[in-house]
Amino acid sequence: MTHSVEAQSAPEARAAAPAREHPRRLRRKPPRRATVTWRRALARDWRLYTFLVVPVVFLLVFKYIPMLGNVIAFRRFRPGGSIFGDEWVGFYYFEAFITNQQFWNVFWNTVILGALTLLVTFPLPIVLALMLNEVRSRRFKRIVQTISYLPHFMSIVIVAGLVLQLTALNGTVNQVATAFGADPVPFMQRPEWFRPIYVSSEVWQTVGWGTILYLAALTTIDDQLYEAARVDGASRWKQTWHITLPGIRPMMMVLLILNIGSFMAVGFEKVLLLQNPLVYSTGDVIATYLYRVGIQSAQFSYGTAIGLFEAAIGLVLVLLANTLSRRMVGTSLW
Amino acid sequence: MVTEDLSRKPDLAHVRRETGVIRESLGYRVFRVVNVTALLLVCAVTLYPFVNLVAKAFSSEGYIAAGEVNLIPRGFNLDTFQVVFADDLFWTNYANTVLYTVVGTAIAMAITSTYAYALSKPHLKGRTFFVGIAVFTMFFSGGLIPNYILIASYLGWRNSILAIVVPGALSVFNLLVMKSFFENFPTELEEAAAIDGLTTYGIFFRIVLPLSKAVLATMTLFYAVGHWNSWFSAFLYMDDKSLFPVTVYLRNLIAAATGTQEITDGGEAAQVASNIQAVTMLLTVLPIICLYPFIQRYFVSGVMLGSVKG
Repeated sequence: MTHSVEAQSAPEARAAAPAREHPRRLRRKPPRRATVTWRRALARDWRLYTFLVVPVVFLLVFKYIPMLGNVIAFRRFRPGGSIFGDEWVGFYYFEAFITNQQFWNVFWNTVILGALTLLVTFPLPIVLALMLNEVRSRRFKRIVQTISYLPHFMSIVIVAGLVLQLTALNGTVNQVATAFGADPVPFMQRPEWFRPIYVSSEVWQTVGWGTILYLAALTTIDDQLYEAARVDGASRWKQTWHITLPGIRPMMMVLLILNIGSFMAVGFEKVLLLQNPLVYSTGDVIATYLYRVGIQSAQFSYGTAIGLFEAAIGLVLVLLANTLSRRMVGTSLW
Repeated sequence: MVTEDLSRKPDLAHVRRETGVIRESLGYRVFRVVNVTALLLVCAVTLYPFVNLVAKAFSSEGYIAAGEVNLIPRGFNLDTFQVVFADDLFWTNYANTVLYTVVGTAIAMAITSTYAYALSKPHLKGRTFFVGIAVFTMFFSGGLIPNYILIASYLGWRNSILAIVVPGALSVFNLLVMKSFFENFPTELEEAAAIDGLTTYGIFFRIVLPLSKAVLATMTLFYAVGHWNSWFSAFLYMDDKSLFPVTVYLRNLIAAATGTQEITDGGEAAQVASNIQAVTMLLTVLPIICLYPFIQRYFVSGVMLGSVKG
């Protein structure tokens, strides 16, 4: 199986690699390796190729077959029948959900929840990283980092459990509220509270860990820039605004593009664990709807069509964000 | 190793303080106090849910129901632990989690390390293709349902450990981190070993792996924590209670205690459940919390390696 795959890639690998990448080095060093035929390569490296057999079979079965399995969005699927469906039905299942009011409800819930999460959880790690950067005591800084990374290592089940306990009628949030004279609220039964609670739990879980890459980017900023700015009389705020922030801008853009790409796939597992039928009007998103109709009600083709639609939006968003970022600030993923 | 670089940044503030060359403005001193206070607050908010969890685990039901348990246990007792320990299903599921974590991590490491090693060799013909088929899956993948059909119906792995340990065996992120590590492995060592008559297998198992302990430890931790925390694949593919990992046990406990039917009758059951929930949650996170101080730096260095190369 692997041999035929290797054979297909042979011409392009031979043609593309050396000629395009190192035109200058070619003159000194002829591209000896590029002219090796597959027979010679296999004879020389057959042991190395045996390392590839299991991973490639794994990728084919568990990544590429499900990828092709998406085709059942356009085909009628019969349980027990072919994994790729039985007959073409065109856009039947797409029309089915596009004309379904419930789908549009979860669609807008997804957009709102995704937008709120992005708006809140994207800037906060930057702020926290800047704050940590101003700390003088290395020991204190390390302690704050260690503590703030901790929630990242918790299972989503634990996070959801903590959220449900804290927001319960006898939980801490209600204790604080009653101390200020408010009436206790059964938060997880009130649709209007689902979004704030979800976003807060995201903040709690992700902000500390999100600082790592920014802290790394901050160390790459040249200290001479700060020295020069000080000589020119720039205040601390000006230094932050004109040196620090531009210095971490490429990292910001990369993470922003990635966040926008996962915008539609708002934390499926966490929403599934936190939601209950009472809060579906705000707390039900495409992924959880897909899970209910697709898996629980076994409408496989219908569910797959919704999944493809969601994935397509995600892909378009990431391409759009990437293009915009490249045009406007010159940073892009590829 | 990257964490070390962070602390090696020249500490200008320190120099300034020692030499007293530049005085600080009042505004900056105020800012520093505010900054440290805010960071302490961040720590407090991060830790509070855990402290609350511990307090609830050791409290008696009455105080929890009355909403009087915050930072310290009220009505201290260990009865809840006994109740949880007495449940055989809890131990079965805890043992399952250990089993899935060990087997899953072993499979994942076997696939990832061999794949990464082969991809790290520049003379491997078709290398671009083999890297490409892995990276492509990061951007496009089969959805939930095609995966479900493949694993549950086609492969028939319902209620099988295979459904949990196999499908997630290759993280492309980890693969790229490992590949870049192997690419920087000194070729002289491998060439010397080859001259001494070792085959590719010998070089990989007897030279490369023993000298790559740092990256192997990091990747093992990435996979192991992922498996320990995962619940959804078991939730999706298993309906036999005795095969659940402890995360699904916990999920079912929480769902039973906070389900909408509970709110109407309120009473004793819910209180006991919130007690038991706290103990079960505590026991589930305990291994991670205990290991956390030691493993955290591996994670940080792993993330930064990946961000550079991936």
